[in-house]
Amino acid sequence: MLKYILKRLGLAVVILLGVSLIIYFLIRLMPVDFIQSKIDAMNQGGAAVPEETVKNMYAMYGLGDDSFLGILKGYFNWLVQLLQGNLGETFKNGIPVAQIIKQHMPVSFAISLVATVFEFMIAIPLGITAATHQYSLRDYIVTILVMVGISLPSFFFGNMLRDLFAYKLGWFPSHGEISAGGSESGLALLPEYFMHLFLPILTIVILSIGGRMRMTRTNMLEVMSSDYIRTARAKGLGETKVIYKHAFRNTLIPVVTSLAGLLPSLFSGSIITEQVFGIQGIGNVALDYMNRGDIPFIMGYNMFLAMLSVIGVLLADLMYVIVDPRVKIE
Amino acid sequence: MEENKITATAPEGEKEISTADASARSSKDTEAPLDKNVRLLSPTQMVLRRFFRSRLSIIGLIMIVGLFLFSFVGPLFVADLGVKNEMGILEYDPNNGKWGEIELDESGQVEYTTTEYTYVNENGEEVTIRQTVERRLKDNFLAPPSSEHILGTDNEGYDIFVRLMYGGRISLTVSFIAVFVITVLGVVLGGFAGYFGGVVDNVIMRICDVLMCLPGIPILLIISMLLDAAGIDAKYRIYLLMIYLTLFSWTGTARLVRGQILSLREQEYMVAAEAMGFSTPRKIFKHLIPNVMPQLIVQMTLSLGSMILYEATLSYLNLGVKAPYAAWGTMINIISTNTDILQNHFNVWGPAGICIVIAVLGFNFVGDGLRDALDPKMRR
Repeated sequence: MLKYILKRLGLAVVILLGVSLIIYFLIRLMPVDFIQSKIDAMNQGGAAVPEETVKNMYAMYGLGDDSFLGILKGYFNWLVQLLQGNLGETFKNGIPVAQIIKQHMPVSFAISLVATVFEFMIAIPLGITAATHQYSLRDYIVTILVMVGISLPSFFFGNMLRDLFAYKLGWFPSHGEISAGGSESGLALLPEYFMHLFLPILTIVILSIGGRMRMTRTNMLEVMSSDYIRTARAKGLGETKVIYKHAFRNTLIPVVTSLAGLLPSLFSGSIITEQVFGIQGIGNVALDYMNRGDIPFIMGYNMFLAMLSVIGVLLADLMYVIVDPRVKIE
Repeated sequence: MEENKITATAPEGEKEISTADASARSSKDTEAPLDKNVRLLSPTQMVLRRFFRSRLSIIGLIMIVGLFLFSFVGPLFVADLGVKNEMGILEYDPNNGKWGEIELDESGQVEYTTTEYTYVNENGEEVTIRQTVERRLKDNFLAPPSSEHILGTDNEGYDIFVRLMYGGRISLTVSFIAVFVITVLGVVLGGFAGYFGGVVDNVIMRICDVLMCLPGIPILLIISMLLDAAGIDAKYRIYLLMIYLTLFSWTGTARLVRGQILSLREQEYMVAAEAMGFSTPRKIFKHLIPNVMPQLIVQMTLSLGSMILYEATLSYLNLGVKAPYAAWGTMINIISTNTDILQNHFNVWGPAGICIVIAVLGFNFVGDGLRDALDPKMRR
């Protein structure tokens, strides 16, 4: 087991190196030149910027050389910094990238966590009823509803909710995670957060229930047609007991493994939903920095995302071994 | 003879081939051969029958065919197709009562405001300057739905209904191209990985691992900026963008194909193929891939839906199709900055969203129906 984990971790490092190399080269080819816009701003300020300063600035940010070797050198500089635990500072305002991620992540995390809890709480019972009443009216209604949920684009559905509940009915605030100018602090802010984050969470839950419900339904159907369920029925067990005690337990295997795989992605934030509701979560902030071509931030943020997904896959695989005794590591 | 003719069209649709019934009933006159009594169905026919038995699949199919007709045939009747002039620019006829994709409705009014300034010049004479400002509200923007504009006009003065059709063209074409490329890449790479195993498999799968960890939207944002820098025409950049997207998203298909081939290549018929000395490409593409086809078709249908969503999201973020050209996502983009349109002009952004939902839902229904129809274990 330990050997397996170590091997997987080693592989994860290789994957992350590959990801970082691809992203770095793509970014360096990007035309949005932050230094150029900075120099333009200085030029507009009146003082003509001497050639020497321009060169120095490019050198300072490590962007002087755009040849292949130059980019490679920049990449290794970035890598060395990273290994020292330094994600660098943003071009925009010189704040350490790690600090920005730390500052904007909690709100994204809160949204994702609550949304995931509700997603599982709603989708799994739905999946079970759909499976136990296969091809009944109930199955059709549930299936159609969740399929509509999957098919909704988040920006369209989010804005529809915003239009209806925030503007037309006025039940919830239209955007932001907290009202400006409030004087409360600590626990008193909780209702405030609840009101602001209700609609984004609702959006995410409705969009994601479908996938989870269909997964539960398929697994449940598979389990329900296995021999031991017939045995359970044959020996005279009640239907409730057959479904919840015998069938459902085995359906839990993929549920638990996917939950483990989901865990890291809770931190990554959802770009579109946060953008629609104007929440200063990590996804929305990242969109802003990316549009500015802020290389250190883009690198830091994307590596953060890549790391989360590597950990997610690893956790899901490990969980599979732990939950299902039939699975053995070769 | 007539009563012996038992077709597979059982009233309840319970059985595909009722051989048992056939033999039971034909016991009266045993001279009739069996193959006269049962209608045999090929596997494809069976799949089609199962597919069309599901109401949801039919609804999905109708939705997709409807959208295709709407987007590709609709403009021929409703829209002003425009004529290209010698500069290659589309020119529209403003008087034919139809509207083109990028034809502005210029029937708005012109407003004149006149201001008078009076001052005394150095000679002591009073001089009056009359300044007339011509404010051309020439575009008939945000018009409500009418017979002239079926769904009204948007904030620029374009006809929404016509743009909906052209947006559908882009969405459907782009997603079909993307899924095609993804499938080709996935089948070839996954096929090789599964068939050869060893180093080839390892290399391809590690590339898969890396690509799967690339965050989608951030990467496309960067690539989109690269396309802008390369000066790609606004009309074609979404195609290029989606091609780049496929370079990162063939991994799912490759894994599916590889997994299937790993189990298939151990089967007896592959040993037979080996013994007959078939070439490797023939073994892969004629014997292994056809057996992966069912799963592949389902995967392709479902990813058509997700590609439409992807394209719409990119256009919404202003990375895909850019103004003045229309795409469903682009048509919704306006509400991210303009809350007046969000609140008061549902006809500007609602129809595009509904079109996206119909398209994705249609592909999901068909994909689900195909999955059930192709699965031999799923007997109803």
